[in-house]
Amino acid sequence: MIECRDLRKVYTNGDVETVALKGASFSIEKGEFVAIIGPSGSGKSTLMHILGALDSPTSGTYFLDGKEVSKLNDDELSDLRREKIGFVFQAFNLLPRTTVLRNVMLPLLYSNTTEEEREERAKVCLKYAGMEENKFYNLSNQLSGGQMQRVAIARSLMNNPAIILADEPTGNLDTKTSHIVMEAFQELHQKGHTIILITHEPEIAQFAQRVISIRDGIIESDIKKTKK
Amino acid sequence: MITIDILKETFWSLSANKARSGLTILGIVIGIASVITMVAIGQGAQSAIASSIQSIGSNLIVISPGAQRGTTVSSGRGSAQTLTMDDAAAISSQIQNIKAVAPEDSGRRQITAKGTNTNTQVIGTVPDYINVRNITIDSGNFITSQQVTTSAKVAVLGPTARDDLFGAGSNPIGQTIRIKNVDFDVIGVTVSKGGSGFANPDDSVYIPVTSAQHFLSGDTFVTTISVAASDQNSMASVQQQITDLLLSRHAISDPLQADFNLVNQADIIATASSVTGTFTILLASIAGISLLVGGIGIMNMMLTTVTERTREIGLRKAVGIKKTYINMQFLSEAVALTFLGGFLGVLLGLGASLAVTKFGNITTQISSSSILLAFGVSAGVGIVFGFYPARRAANLSPMEALRYE
Repeated sequence: MIECRDLRKVYTNGDVETVALKGASFSIEKGEFVAIIGPSGSGKSTLMHILGALDSPTSGTYFLDGKEVSKLNDDELSDLRREKIGFVFQAFNLLPRTTVLRNVMLPLLYSNTTEEEREERAKVCLKYAGMEENKFYNLSNQLSGGQMQRVAIARSLMNNPAIILADEPTGNLDTKTSHIVMEAFQELHQKGHTIILITHEPEIAQFAQRVISIRDGIIESDIKKTKK
Repeated sequence: MITIDILKETFWSLSANKARSGLTILGIVIGIASVITMVAIGQGAQSAIASSIQSIGSNLIVISPGAQRGTTVSSGRGSAQTLTMDDAAAISSQIQNIKAVAPEDSGRRQITAKGTNTNTQVIGTVPDYINVRNITIDSGNFITSQQVTTSAKVAVLGPTARDDLFGAGSNPIGQTIRIKNVDFDVIGVTVSKGGSGFANPDDSVYIPVTSAQHFLSGDTFVTTISVAASDQNSMASVQQQITDLLLSRHAISDPLQADFNLVNQADIIATASSVTGTFTILLASIAGISLLVGGIGIMNMMLTTVTERTREIGLRKAVGIKKTYINMQFLSEAVALTFLGGFLGVLLGLGASLAVTKFGNITTQISSSSILLAFGVSAGVGIVFGFYPARRAANLSPMEALRYE
């Protein structure tokens, strides 16, 4: 499903070159729940941007579903994100002062579906993500952190993605809510979704089935848990 | 489908952020309304000044007889008796671009009424005199052509003459005045014009030109012929045509030997055009400054909101919306805001101009060019500064846009 070979990323800021990834190679199978863990500055965010088709590697190859992502242009990357990837961000990134339903409908905007179809789909996804029905027409800024992240998860499911990428999804949440959100991810995993979780908290990484540790741009360890 | 989506998304986005949309529209409204109102007040003032200059009679050409010749002693310009009613009729019928012609037979006379008397200008003339000299009738009537034909013994008084003969503010119509032992019935009073140069039109008595010739001067000549050109631009050509016509009528081949003089109000015209010129510059600066201020306001509002929305653009890109659609949506939002604001601004500008006229007693003149200019510049600024930064944000990588602070 995901096939990365020798991914490198170099940021140039004026004359200063920062190497964020020094050749990462790994593959992820369909249906896996993978946590990528590492301290800040380890290159995990860079890796996540490349996996999410938000950024291109400086060198190396990245195949998603048999497609070579590193060679796509801006519009093709947009198409890829719309078709294959669902995002959950640390800062939730919901449209402010907009209803829960409209937020979830966003990825299907400008697609070949009617408003009614999108609304139907959004309701299904919201229920799937464990959102109470009486909150569907609330404005996004009236929700609690946990609820916002559920809305974001529902939004990531809208396009029926091949992979769900979660970038520090619990970073802005308290421990209790974090666990609830992580359980929601586990549930999605059990339903067969492929999930890649980026975090710096080992405790959160424990919810995943496989943990890839990254440090200084190099993969340090790749541990698969035996199924319980 | 996509068009409808963009329109819906524009509507949702604008209505979800009412404060932001409202402030942006307010900026555009104020910008446009202030330009329209300022220019309307300026142009109103310009036309008020132009029309008061007009009322003095800047299109006026006065033809007076030349000096008496034939002897070695010149008795001075205006002393000859060379102009006739026929000259006036010829000018009226043969010269183009003239508004009115009025021959006059005037002189200072002693006038008596019941127990009072005054010495003032008695002007024998024709009905067109009021058009040539911009005289307005306060009460009663001016001389009619019927009265000119029949040499009627009727008189119209200037307000000063009326005050001197009958007392201030009295109504003299129907009373009688006596000039050179002839009784004239008072049929009207003119509106005060105030002094204009050395002659005071308020201290005058107007009678039919034929009556003046028969009862007062006793000859068939006229003292002057006043001609009003149709506009200032045709003054020179009208003057030339009159000169040529009178030279041929009086059978004079050498223009230097002309037995008449033409005088126009060149000073007034020069003043008028310099005032108009100053006003044009004033108006241009007012419009320019208002446009600049309005434009900067709109620009600020647009830049602020777009900066704030860079993260939103990042999110839209992250979930896979194409750059083109993001651009189209932001363009459509900018167009909607500027047009809504522009429409309200034009309405407010018109309303404010009318209010200034009604309550401030200042003449305003709304010009369509100022509306177009204000609308055009504001819409242009609004669309450029609403769209351009959004386009830049849409070109960022989604991650950069999402992290934008």
